[in-house]
Amino acid sequence: MSSQEIPEEKNLPTEQETEHGSVAVADENPFADPGLPPHEHRIQDIDERAAKRSERAIAFMFTLSMLATVGFIASFVAIPADKSIYVWPIGHISGLNFALGLTLGVALFCIGAGAVHWARTLMSDVEVADDRHPIEAEPEVRAKVMADFRAGAQESQFGRRKLIRNTMFGALALVPLSGVVLLRDLGPLPEDKLRHTKWAKGKKLVNMNTHEPLRPSDVQVGSLTFAMPDGMSEHDHDFQVQIAKAALMIVRIQPENIKDKRELEWSHEGIVAYSKICTHVGCPISLYEQQTHHVLCPCHQSTFDLSDGARVIFGPAGHALPQLRIGVNEEGYLEALGDFEEPVGPAFWERG
Amino acid sequence: MSTNPTNDAHGASNSGKKAPAGERVADWADGRLGIYSLAKANMRKIFPDHWSFMLGEICMYSFIIIILTGVYLTLFFHPSMNEVEYTGSYVPLQGQLMSEAFNSTMHISFDVRGGLLIRQIHHWAALIFLAGMFVHMMRVFFTGAFRKPREVNWLFGFLLFVLGMFTGFTGYSLPDDLLSGTGVRFMQGAILSVPVVGTYLSMFLFGGEFPGGDFVARFYSVHILLLPGIMLGLMVAHLILVFYHKHTQFAGPGKSNKNVVGMPLLPVYMAKAGGFFFLVFGVIAVISAIASINPIWAIGPYRPDQVSTGAQPDWYMGFSEGLIRVMPGWEINLWGHTLVLGVFIPLMIVFPLILVVIAVYPFIEAWVTGDKREHHILDRPRNAPTRTAFGVAWITWYLICLIGGGNDLWATHFHLSINAITWFVRIAFFVGPVIAFIVTKRICLGLQRRDRDKVLHGRESGIIKRLPHGEFIEIHEPLGKDQLHTLTAHEQYKPVEIGPTVDENGVERKVTGSQKLRAKLSKGYYGEDSQIPKPTAEEYKEITSGHGHH
Repeated sequence: MSSQEIPEEKNLPTEQETEHGSVAVADENPFADPGLPPHEHRIQDIDERAAKRSERAIAFMFTLSMLATVGFIASFVAIPADKSIYVWPIGHISGLNFALGLTLGVALFCIGAGAVHWARTLMSDVEVADDRHPIEAEPEVRAKVMADFRAGAQESQFGRRKLIRNTMFGALALVPLSGVVLLRDLGPLPEDKLRHTKWAKGKKLVNMNTHEPLRPSDVQVGSLTFAMPDGMSEHDHDFQVQIAKAALMIVRIQPENIKDKRELEWSHEGIVAYSKICTHVGCPISLYEQQTHHVLCPCHQSTFDLSDGARVIFGPAGHALPQLRIGVNEEGYLEALGDFEEPVGPAFWERG
Repeated sequence: MSTNPTNDAHGASNSGKKAPAGERVADWADGRLGIYSLAKANMRKIFPDHWSFMLGEICMYSFIIIILTGVYLTLFFHPSMNEVEYTGSYVPLQGQLMSEAFNSTMHISFDVRGGLLIRQIHHWAALIFLAGMFVHMMRVFFTGAFRKPREVNWLFGFLLFVLGMFTGFTGYSLPDDLLSGTGVRFMQGAILSVPVVGTYLSMFLFGGEFPGGDFVARFYSVHILLLPGIMLGLMVAHLILVFYHKHTQFAGPGKSNKNVVGMPLLPVYMAKAGGFFFLVFGVIAVISAIASINPIWAIGPYRPDQVSTGAQPDWYMGFSEGLIRVMPGWEINLWGHTLVLGVFIPLMIVFPLILVVIAVYPFIEAWVTGDKREHHILDRPRNAPTRTAFGVAWITWYLICLIGGGNDLWATHFHLSINAITWFVRIAFFVGPVIAFIVTKRICLGLQRRDRDKVLHGRESGIIKRLPHGEFIEIHEPLGKDQLHTLTAHEQYKPVEIGPTVDENGVERKVTGSQKLRAKLSKGYYGEDSQIPKPTAEEYKEITSGHGHH
């Protein structure tokens, strides 16, 4: 730092060193250090009966701890794990957990309380002073270390033989690369994985709860229905990964209330399907205001207007929820007319 | 026998009798480990007494408790994301699909006797550990204990705090429950926002697409080995430095920058500090007996398409939650790429910034003061108004973010508009720290004035006296010598001056920008508006000599 330009000591207080041990000049300086105050005896120091009382109190606490440990073991053996008890004001809780925790707590606490009480009442409480020593080494030590280092460095010929030095730095710089390369198989490359979901042309919309395909009549104005693509099962090995992208929410809005032209085109009789995964950081959206057709992400409160292309009307989300184009197949079930046209979920660099 | 001089010397002093067993064991150990020189330096080491010195102990003890209970939990926990059907004794979840991680956590909670208690102790101790570190850090900050020679130890402590946050995060994500899974999803969304490499980082971390089947096992090794291993090392280094530097102490009679006044490690602090471990452990055990924490059975296993309302991270992650909630959703789309500023700025820039600001503070203050001396006497916060104001501003900043993180809870509990709270936090994020800074500085200066008054005019006794001519006065009692010393022991810096930039010959001297900045900061720290001159001995003598009353 260039602070050396400014004279250093000028702004520093000068008294720091002079005040110490200045008891002798106390007459001149009213603020001088009067030195350690005289030790005040505790009652236990002068009255043996008080000391005995302390002793008994400490022993009592240690004894209580022993009893509590016995209680812990007894609780462990005697109380069944599934027994629920009512404790005011907590409510119904596991009896075993309550008993074990309390006994363990008492057993530990009493050891601590006994030890601290012992230290406070019976052990000597005379304050003594210890000298500090500067952390910095003495100049001679410093000089010796520097000389030793120079000698060692010179003997190694590190500075003289540049070829050795440079190749060694090269080798040391390269060798960690192996470790970095080894991390490559932690996972696959992103490719276009985040762009595709299980939705495809002709996939029926299946109710998430009943696992039945949805008909337009199943979706009423004011209700919020969650759906997944036909053919997915919770037992699939990749179910979690797929549902994280494919989760769908369906609402019905009177077609005249749909403000966005494309939304209306992609809907069926006012039934619109949007990705359930918030475009902020990926929470599932689950709160729906029937009157306004706003949906709210419960994690970070991003609010989307489902009657207007699911655009963001409040909160930290950066773009609208992707819409799924839907229609009805010949059997009268709701079906997707393709995959989402844009990636679902949080935005990322390649999203564009 | 004759090759062991300690034994010989000992034997001689006891006139042929064998030394007690304890001493013989100690001799044996000393001959191999050199414990006597260690004990000589440390056994009767002096520790000063102040309640705030216990804060660090709470951290250390809760860390030990976390390690003990954590080892126990590893005996039962299965860090696997294989889907299994629940068949345990908790009826409402029977038959449900869940990961083995969740299943084994259920097993620990319901079928292992005492398992729930240990789980709850582990989690409560983690919350207390982080809270303890936060308060301990603030104690060190506000008393200036971070000054030379303790700057490095400040950084060790800071690293412990940050690593503790991430160890906590990886820990509460392990049960793979609905709440923690939502938090992991949040983290994944944040990683995706990183320009250029976001998707790659996410794929590598999760072994593919979110959530995949790997992250619990990976978080597990990070949570139980990598991070705690580093933390254990840091904590040992932290403690070694505390021992080496010796404790700081507040100014007072007999206490100087060159001594340390207190009671010896053996026996007083052995008993007090050792006993305190049991007190901390005992209190956490009782809390865990009566207060449920992270009841995963009520939350259920993680499904990426499900969520509960009122989702909150553990408290120490709350400020990052606040940042992400109040940030406007900025997204820039250019040339086929997306810059997700709405997520990237709060989590990848502001989040580290808030932490780094407090970490580097000691070095900034040292640069401003240019003070290269050792400091072992603690400052009273009022006597370092600018530092104190900065610290309070930082805490305000942190708390405002925390409010933002719980904006839904504030809204539901206090019947407020969530939009209004979000806007409040957005504005307060910038305005709050400034107001806190100004107010704190005023308060500190006011307290300095009061100290000055007390020293010069004595303590208000509450006794009203009527003088012969009818005037009423309150009798002020002069302070004792110890108090006079304590209240005037602090140092006051003078602001650094750049000095004239043109010398007497009219030659201009070059003044760099950093010098100007330093002079400016120094004026802000120690100028007329930033400290009240402490009373001098002359002032005191003038007031106390003669002239009856004040």
